[in-house]
Amino acid sequence: MNLALKVNDKDNVAVTFSDGIKDGAEVVIRDKEGNEETVTVLGDVPYGHKIAAADIPAGADIIKYGETIGAATRDIKKGEYTHVHNLESKRARGDKEAGR
Amino acid sequence: MNFMGYERPDGRAGSRNHVAVIPGVVCANDVAQEICRRVDNCRGYFHHQGCCQLPPDLDRVTQCLTGLALSGNVGAALIVSLGCEGTDCQKIYDAVVASGKPAEIIRIQELGGMANSISEGIKAAQRLSSAISPQQRVPIDISRLTLSIKCGASDATSGLASNCVIGCVADRLVDLGATVVFGETTEFIGAEHILARRAATPEAGREILRIVGEMENRAKSLGCDMRKGQPTPGNIAGGLSSIEEKSLGAIMKSGSRPIEGVLRYEEMVTVQKGLWIKDSPGREPEILTGMAVTGAQAMLFSTGRGAPQGFPTMPVIKICGNPITYEHMINDMDLNAGRIITGEASIDEVGEEAFDLLLEVLSGRTTKNEAVGYFGSIDICPIGPVI
Repeated sequence: MNLALKVNDKDNVAVTFSDGIKDGAEVVIRDKEGNEETVTVLGDVPYGHKIAAADIPAGADIIKYGETIGAATRDIKKGEYTHVHNLESKRARGDKEAGR
Repeated sequence: MNFMGYERPDGRAGSRNHVAVIPGVVCANDVAQEICRRVDNCRGYFHHQGCCQLPPDLDRVTQCLTGLALSGNVGAALIVSLGCEGTDCQKIYDAVVASGKPAEIIRIQELGGMANSISEGIKAAQRLSSAISPQQRVPIDISRLTLSIKCGASDATSGLASNCVIGCVADRLVDLGATVVFGETTEFIGAEHILARRAATPEAGREILRIVGEMENRAKSLGCDMRKGQPTPGNIAGGLSSIEEKSLGAIMKSGSRPIEGVLRYEEMVTVQKGLWIKDSPGREPEILTGMAVTGAQAMLFSTGRGAPQGFPTMPVIKICGNPITYEHMINDMDLNAGRIITGEASIDEVGEEAFDLLLEVLSGRTTKNEAVGYFGSIDICPIGPVI
């Protein structure tokens, strides 16, 4: 069974700990209370990488540990691989400072 | 609770008993290296600073080298001066003499160059090594420990396993009256509000927000996205998508106790107890040096992708959160916290093992990196430019 851990109830992503989860595979998202939900993965997901635990609209915050870890750069579907291709940091963004 | 360590004449305690060979400037490194190769029990600090820097940096270099020499893990010190550097080598030497520990100083230009200096340096280091060799370990109360903690080459397992293990140990040591120091200011970005809430005083809270703001502005000053610098390409390959995600995992290693305040990079622990922050970057050579300057007698170091290096005079215990990396790099990793990820052990169980291993290492057991001498690359973090 491919398992993904949702470490805080507020989180909209979960961390996978299986090697080589392929596009279309089923992953069980487990929360802290042990509740489980099966989702179909969109995209290949390496060990330790994240999938969306809910639909996340473009521009919305991405939440892990119950805290903001960045924003979605486009719509992310539940089960979709979530990483630097669709998540951007909101901090230390010298590239976004005025005048640059 | 005790560990078996060394009593120093100035009241400090150590877990190691080395002769520190201290180049005052990068240009003295070659001589210091030759001395260390020849003489038993010598450890060199081969940094790259000490000349053509602005006065605040030269003061920092002098203070850092003094802090390293005064650490309880150092039994005696040999200062290797070139003669024309900006570092105040006489001040370092005088501080060691005042602490009551054996010290010697050589000056390369005064001695007529490299060959004479290596010859005189070997004789001086031999005298020091011989002088401290009869010292015996005695019981040292755990409240006299300063533990430094750090994470490096992190991945998604770090914030869920190995950092949590270190958090357990940190809480237990604070409760026992010891001092715990964590740092990596860059890796507070996105998590500083949580740390500020844990501040013991309003001033400590303001200081936490100040150092994070300064570090973030420094990163932004180059006009680019910090990503790839922090998080590193390795962090990203390991599943960490942003500095916020890395930071939220990194602060797990600080445990849950109140944060008493912020130490400057070059500052030593004197009377401070409880949990403290050292304002420092995340890169290994600079933060390990900063932590050793603090006077830390050991470091707990969490990793996911496998950071192998240590420090010349401070044992560094590698706690690996990634079960695959642990097996793959078993000769460099000291403890397997990957069993938390695979469900074979709880955070508390591995926390207990880490605490026991720490006591053993403080009492003389060598870490993996000490046993193979993997501790050569160190540096002092400068504030301004080399000019």
